[in-house]
Amino acid sequence: MEILSVTDLTVSFDGFKAVDSLSLRVDKDELRCVIGPNGAGKTTLLDMICGKTKPSHGSVKFKNLDLTDMIEYQITRAGVGRKFQTPSTYEDLTVYENLEISYPGNRGVFGSLFFKRTSQISDKIDAVAQQIFLKDSLDTKAGLLSHGQKQWLEIGMLLMQDPELLLLDEPVAGMSAREREQTAEMLNSISKGRSTVVIEHDMAFVRMIAHKVTVLHQGKLLAEGSMDQVQNDERVIEVYLGH
Amino acid sequence: MASTVHNGAPGGVWGLLNRYALILLAIVILVVLPLSLGIFRLGLLAKYLSFAFCAVGIVLIWGYGGILSLGQGVFFGLGSYMMAMFLKLERAAEADSSTSALSTFFGQAGLPDFMSWNSVEALPWWWEPFHHVWFTIAAIVILPPLLAFILAYVNFRRRVGEVYFSIITLSLSAIMAIVIIGQQGYTGGINGITDFKTFMGIDLDQDRAKVVMYYITAVLLIVCVLVGQFIVRSRLGKVLVAIRDREDRVRFSGYDPALFKAFIFAVAALFSSIGGAMFTMQIGLASPSLVGIVPSIEMVIYAAVGGRLSLIGAVYGAMLVGYAKTFFSENFVQYWLYLIGALFVVVVMFLPGGLASLMDKLRPGKKSENGAMSAAVKELKPEAR
Amino acid sequence: MTLDMLAMQAFTGLSVFTILMLMALGLAIVFGLMGVINMAHGELMAMGAYATYGTAVLFETYFPGYMDMYFIVGIVLAFCVTFVFGFLLERGLIQFLYKRPLDTMLATWGLSLILQQIYRQFINAKEVEVPTVSWLQGAWQATETVSFPLSRIFIIGLAVVTGIAVYLLLYKTRWGLRIRAVTQNRPISGAVGINTTKVDAFTFALGCGLAGIAGSSFTMLASTGPVTGQAYIVDTFIVVVFGGVESLLGTISSAFIIGQMQSWFEYSLSGSMARASILLLVIVVLYFRPNGLFATKVRR
Repeated sequence: MEILSVTDLTVSFDGFKAVDSLSLRVDKDELRCVIGPNGAGKTTLLDMICGKTKPSHGSVKFKNLDLTDMIEYQITRAGVGRKFQTPSTYEDLTVYENLEISYPGNRGVFGSLFFKRTSQISDKIDAVAQQIFLKDSLDTKAGLLSHGQKQWLEIGMLLMQDPELLLLDEPVAGMSAREREQTAEMLNSISKGRSTVVIEHDMAFVRMIAHKVTVLHQGKLLAEGSMDQVQNDERVIEVYLGH
Repeated sequence: MASTVHNGAPGGVWGLLNRYALILLAIVILVVLPLSLGIFRLGLLAKYLSFAFCAVGIVLIWGYGGILSLGQGVFFGLGSYMMAMFLKLERAAEADSSTSALSTFFGQAGLPDFMSWNSVEALPWWWEPFHHVWFTIAAIVILPPLLAFILAYVNFRRRVGEVYFSIITLSLSAIMAIVIIGQQGYTGGINGITDFKTFMGIDLDQDRAKVVMYYITAVLLIVCVLVGQFIVRSRLGKVLVAIRDREDRVRFSGYDPALFKAFIFAVAALFSSIGGAMFTMQIGLASPSLVGIVPSIEMVIYAAVGGRLSLIGAVYGAMLVGYAKTFFSENFVQYWLYLIGALFVVVVMFLPGGLASLMDKLRPGKKSENGAMSAAVKELKPEAR
Repeated sequence: MTLDMLAMQAFTGLSVFTILMLMALGLAIVFGLMGVINMAHGELMAMGAYATYGTAVLFETYFPGYMDMYFIVGIVLAFCVTFVFGFLLERGLIQFLYKRPLDTMLATWGLSLILQQIYRQFINAKEVEVPTVSWLQGAWQATETVSFPLSRIFIIGLAVVTGIAVYLLLYKTRWGLRIRAVTQNRPISGAVGINTTKVDAFTFALGCGLAGIAGSSFTMLASTGPVTGQAYIVDTFIVVVFGGVESLLGTISSAFIIGQMQSWFEYSLSGSMARASILLLVIVVLYFRPNGLFATKVRR
């Protein structure tokens, strides 16, 4: 079942086409990795899906919902979760509070005014904290976490929202080898029952998690297929992977 | 596995002081001060407290919301003038029964005096509803917050920047003062609206009435602080802080920042409006000199001195600065401007957390709510480039 | 309304425009570069006006024979005084607040209060006037019924010259290139070796200098008092917010539009309602163009 359907997506900044007539389909339960050299348009693609940037052409459909004209918080509420390239957590709030604030529901003014910390919510926070390896750091201010931990926290914040589509932009950037393994484990388990799109540069990592790989180059689709297919594709080797 | 308490509750003596800071404040303004001040000084204190309403609101929108409003005088003025209109109409109706047949003959019965002086012949339609106390109170409580909400929502929805928005609030207060002064037939002009006598029949000049009004003001102020604390400690408060620090990120947590900012802006407008109404009742005046740029920005300094993240600090700030102003105006008029100007510069540069952060520094090491505040304020320390 | 009155009305609007334009230009350059609003900008205009007044007094006392020259000297002095003051202000206060634009507004407001009181205490609590030099007295009789005061023609000319000078500075000199580079991309500019601190200080000083020239021009229109600056500041802010800070031309056009609107609105509505209507209009425009009317970078 198709969850995400990107059709003919185009955006240009001051005449430069960052993404050029890109079309993409992601199914339910699929973990898609998007790779490509820097400047290929990967982050811009995610920006357009989650509402950060408006495309000049084309459309983005999420479960038959047209996201193209919606704004960020609406898209988020529809079930799309985005993790950014540089970890953006709420530095002054604790890990617990970061997760709590991401709890969907009571996101209106009066809802949040009278929001009560029920056991249902604290149970969920505990469960998510377990998944992201931060169970013991719940009272730590997010600003004090290590870089890798911040990445995990951000993923945790997304999990709280229970999104059906996860967009992760370089989730293992700056992580140690061990942390990468752990993250791969994490991603493999959380992507069950969801659709996940991951942008990454680390090919070993991609191999650990990807069901299917899409290669972008200069804003256009260069190749698509399983990891093996893509790694052996001549064009991809020439442009990106090298010999 | 139940979660442990996660709200950073403070401990020790300071923790006690912190938790009971509100009770302490209540004791100060409800017991200590009224008992030790004569009626005249109590009146002055009442004036400072009515400005404190604005300061408390500013803590919410500025300290927690990151919105610097340089135009709270608008909402203070709205509350003030609306109350004045009611009181003036009451006065005009009552005066009418005792004064000359001439004014009745000329069809100026029940017309506020300044209108007659300006050859305004009939009461404008928008003055009419203020004959009724229920309408007046409803208007004071509904109109300014409603206007504030609309203004803020429209702007923030379109992502108008923080500096631009501040300038808009500044311009609004300037323009409102100009309009009030310009339309003197309808608003009393530069002299404002004054010369009231009674509120619903109660003589406002009597000492007893003044004392009662003082207590009402003080209680209302405490209530506002309580409401503010409730907001700050709720999830809404946390979302506001998140919006203040990382507005873009908050959108991706599914919140509409414009809605939250507009809400808190409306709350601050409500507080200011109430303050204005209480001011007029006690000081007997509604004046454009409390509406424009200068008074509006002055209200910010009350909050800044107390600590922009401290609701209770705002009340102390208003009292302290207000007292300083009275003192200097009595003794060294020309030094007042130097003092307040310097206050702005010094507080912003060296004490961005206000007096509350000073208190925090004296505390021996324990992390607490105020500790969180000083951590948040830490990033406000000036850094040279 | 006759054509004559139209012409005179437009001309008055034009002279108001020039002061506003110079002020707005100074403010916009600083805001565009550093994101800060100097609330004491009006007091800097007053400083320029007072400097001109001071020059008049100086000449009257020591060089009465050269009175005709005083005004030009006054303008130059106004620029120099405000430029230097602006430089010191940036080094002494603004540079410590550069990541905190709202706090900068508060601190500079405090400064404006202090300056106002200094003017009141050390110059004159009442308004002062400057004498008009002989070559600017009188008016140009364009037609039988339409005359344009020479002094106003001069300040319009002065504004034009200054505008051109600023344009040349920004687009034809190395300094201007640096300023534009830092405005567009501070980190990269720093990385390629531009001394951003120096650029900030210089630009801020330039903005203040422009206010000084505005103050000088202002002396030809009205008398100067301690609160004169405050009267112009709100309009200046409105012009900058309305026009946006992306282009010089945008700021200039905005000043022109607002200046003209003020003249026309005041003619048809009362003074106070005119100001209110203009502000309302600005808010409406901001709804459609949150970065200003002439901004091209419209978000989303």
